[in-house]
Amino acid sequence: MSFSVEYRSVQKISGPLIFVEGVSDVGFNELVEVKDAEGGLRRGRVLEINRGVAAVEVFEGTTGLSTTSTSVRFLGKPLTIPLSTEMLGRVFNGLGEPIDGGPAPFTEEYRDVNGLPMNPYSRDYPTQFIQTGVSAIDGMDTLVRGQKLPIFSGSGLPHNLLATQIARQATIVGEEVSFAVVFVAMGIKHDEAAFFKRSFEESGALKNSAIFLNLADDPPVERLVTPRSALTLAEYLAFEQDMHVLVILTDMTNYAEALREISAAREEVPSRKGYPGYMYSDFASIYERAGRIKGRKGSITQMPVLTMPNDDITHPIPDLTGYITEGQIVLDRDLHRRGIYPPINILPSLSRLMKDGIGKGKTREDHGPVASQLYSAYARAQELRSLSAIIGEEGLTEKDRAYLRFGDSFERKFLNQGIDENRSLETTLTLAWEQLSLLPETELTRIPDRFVKMYYKRT
Amino acid sequence: MAKIGRITKISGPVVQAEGVAGLEMHELTMVGNEELIGEVVRVEGDLATIQVYEDTAGLKLGEPVKGSGMPLAVELGPGLLQSIFDGIQRPLTVIRDATGDFVRRGVKATALPRDKKWHFVPLKKIGDYAAPGTIVGKVQETPLLEHRILVPPNREGKIDFIADEGEYTIEDCIAKLSKDGEIYELKMYHKWPVRKPRPYIERLEPSEPLITGQRIIDMFFPVAKGGAVSIPGGFGTGKTITSHQLAAWSDCEVIIYIGCGERGNEMTEVLINFPEWKDPRSGRPLMERTVLIANTSNMPVAAREASIYTGVTIAEYFRDMGYNVGVMADSTSRWAEALREISGRLEEMPAEEGYPSYLASRLGEFYERAGRVKSLSGLYGSVTLVGAVSPPGGDFSEPVTVHTKRFVRAFWALDSALASMRHYPAINWLTSYSEYTDYVEKWWNERTNGRWKELRLKALDILKKEDDLKEVIRLVGIESLPETEKLIMETARLLREGFLQQNAYDPVDTYSSPEKQFKLLSAILQFHEIALKALSKGTPVSKISSLTSVTDLAKVRMSVPNEKAEEIDRFLERIQADIKRLTGEGI
Repeated sequence: MSFSVEYRSVQKISGPLIFVEGVSDVGFNELVEVKDAEGGLRRGRVLEINRGVAAVEVFEGTTGLSTTSTSVRFLGKPLTIPLSTEMLGRVFNGLGEPIDGGPAPFTEEYRDVNGLPMNPYSRDYPTQFIQTGVSAIDGMDTLVRGQKLPIFSGSGLPHNLLATQIARQATIVGEEVSFAVVFVAMGIKHDEAAFFKRSFEESGALKNSAIFLNLADDPPVERLVTPRSALTLAEYLAFEQDMHVLVILTDMTNYAEALREISAAREEVPSRKGYPGYMYSDFASIYERAGRIKGRKGSITQMPVLTMPNDDITHPIPDLTGYITEGQIVLDRDLHRRGIYPPINILPSLSRLMKDGIGKGKTREDHGPVASQLYSAYARAQELRSLSAIIGEEGLTEKDRAYLRFGDSFERKFLNQGIDENRSLETTLTLAWEQLSLLPETELTRIPDRFVKMYYKRT
Repeated sequence: MAKIGRITKISGPVVQAEGVAGLEMHELTMVGNEELIGEVVRVEGDLATIQVYEDTAGLKLGEPVKGSGMPLAVELGPGLLQSIFDGIQRPLTVIRDATGDFVRRGVKATALPRDKKWHFVPLKKIGDYAAPGTIVGKVQETPLLEHRILVPPNREGKIDFIADEGEYTIEDCIAKLSKDGEIYELKMYHKWPVRKPRPYIERLEPSEPLITGQRIIDMFFPVAKGGAVSIPGGFGTGKTITSHQLAAWSDCEVIIYIGCGERGNEMTEVLINFPEWKDPRSGRPLMERTVLIANTSNMPVAAREASIYTGVTIAEYFRDMGYNVGVMADSTSRWAEALREISGRLEEMPAEEGYPSYLASRLGEFYERAGRVKSLSGLYGSVTLVGAVSPPGGDFSEPVTVHTKRFVRAFWALDSALASMRHYPAINWLTSYSEYTDYVEKWWNERTNGRWKELRLKALDILKKEDDLKEVIRLVGIESLPETEKLIMETARLLREGFLQQNAYDPVDTYSSPEKQFKLLSAILQFHEIALKALSKGTPVSKISSLTSVTDLAKVRMSVPNEKAEEIDRFLERIQADIKRLTGEGI
């Protein structure tokens, strides 16, 4: 192991990037130490090497760096973070350094933050139902252990409340072990961060959580590393320490903005709306780090939160996310305006893994058909709402009016619930049948007759 | 062959090397001290640009680059079936044994097992002349498939020696061919470059439908064996489930399923389900006819680009044995995006939305590898290509969807409005199309007393009318429609709920035999006729639609299994009796 050479040949500085000339023996993606004029150390990563010129992105930003007084050392290894179970209960920055005033935790292991792709052959299929206590999720878009299920939100909608409620309430029915929570804040505001910290402290969840904070005024390059550091810890806890880990990533929109900023600084060819063409692969390298592995006890469940710019679900950020994650929970401004919490619009929401996590022996035998019937009935109710706005309720048949009553009641009684209300699945399904009982029996075409006999108008 | 160059540039998966004059385009190269696998994508003087199929982190300037003298190729022989490969045909099981549950780079693995013995049965004898593509023997690879041992398309000769029936590994010589004094030792496998379509004697027009067991496809928008189809759809519309359903139930002898840049858990799902699900024709596990290629979204991007070529080349190999092969590529958009990423790193001039200008020609080359052919062996085989497309924002005017449409002849448009109503498969019957209907009409008419075409046009007509009437209803309400039009709405509802919707997770509904499909469709249309008569006698539609026998018809798809399709007639008889009672004729 030789001491690495110190280069003083910074040729160009552009945005978060510096270009170092005349380098040799430098590896792609390796960690770099940058010393500014005052002797302050910053870290960075090699993005490209071309004939002796290395492009380096500096995590802490390039403010105060100059071509004359900056020196650079290449460390010959990728960016790693120290890991240990003692990291639970602590707060870190995006590079995994404690920022809560406490001492650095005892390190059990160092790992490359980029992780490695899980071999598809080694994956175990997620099938265990996670009860979140939120009817709209448990009943209609069930979360299972090892899934990645994002919340698509908009500015001003209560996604933070919902995320913390889920973090507090998530349990596996019949198991005592609770989730370890890895909470990742990317580019969020100071007061939001304070809200999360307080909420974790008050509920006592903090001792079982590790919080990674990269705030809105922290450098964007560090924002790109933050989720990777956090997921490296999550993988360690799940697959080495047998824990069930729930990772909440908020807000992926800020992450994507940082990605675009750095791509532009690199003068890359942009694809849609200026985002880089590799944004899909980049998102996948984060989201695909959820899952379970055959023969290992732990699991990683991801709940990324993103705010859709202008509430547009076709925007590249929600769009590419939706193509990778296993469903999405979509919050709706109209429901929010009408005072319904959580304002989950179930129609565009979906949980792809739901079918394997529910039913006989897992939740209840009628769960699947009931959810399916609620969907189609609510879709019909929505259709009729817009129809009756034009032609008036008189133009509707009696059956149609029953659908309208169902739609209102479904929103007020089933979707709507308290911020601290933790409903059991049994309660959720009872409420579901109460709503379905507002419809004529012949309308329940998606539910096998035996369940209709058992539950219809029984409550 | 030892042209050793040095790395001069590294940018993500793209590496440039100098001192490699003589490297050929698409030549397989070993990059760096760890000998990562790469492929030459550009040559200029003694500079070569190489896309690397593995993670390049830590690779350094000055590390060696070696050519192999060979293009990127796949191994074709017994052992393909039931395997799961990465994008460049390395078995994921071998990678797991080498690097554990996470994929590390630098694993050297042969695609086919070298130590496994196969029971070889010769079909030719000494003195026979073996032309390219001749079947010299066979191996029962799985109970579902007889693997025919082919002379490679670029070899031929008189058989000087052929092995006796017995157990051999794929490395054993099973025949010797002599031509012009040269002797070629034939093994049970050979290699073929992935980017070069395998030759055949003649391309033929498609003639037979690919029966998928999915009602909306087989009845309304059929695909022929040897056809090319595209399934575009935004996220959540069911591309993957549709692809899984096709892989599971299509009446092909071999299925190649390519998970290209998609979710890891989806491949796991196939790996769990296919060994359990039974082929409806033979009763054997589906896995026995399936080859999986998995290059998930977090695996190296260049290998994603290669994965669809790997898949289609394996498909052509089975086609050459005289089999019908189905290829499901999910998703071709991820492949196009991989092209875009590599192209960006090569600093090529972008065309639409950053995609390279050669996107369309690459798509064309890929879909043209579908087809029904007379193979070199003289047997007829086909490759049917089904490519999922993931248009950004569900917008079908984006480059990949638009260009794909030029090269496929059937288009199954997935609709997010249908998906949000949980109408699955969410194939929109108004915007989808198939140009194969004329080719498959004869096949269907032979099995339906010539009524297939008539029924499907009638059903599509009712659905079209429903769409028009919806506009009217939006303005004046359904109550003001005449009774005949209310009946159109009712029949259309039955068609949608009782025929078009199909539940992939319902054990009965997941696969519909052609007979059941036909019975079901004709029952619903007959209901329409019967009800129409009742209307003329003054019975209102509301009375008819609230009959339980009518509601039951919507559930027949789940309650009547394929082997009891004739029971559907019973449901119709009940409706007939009920309606007679309503009109007062029955009493």
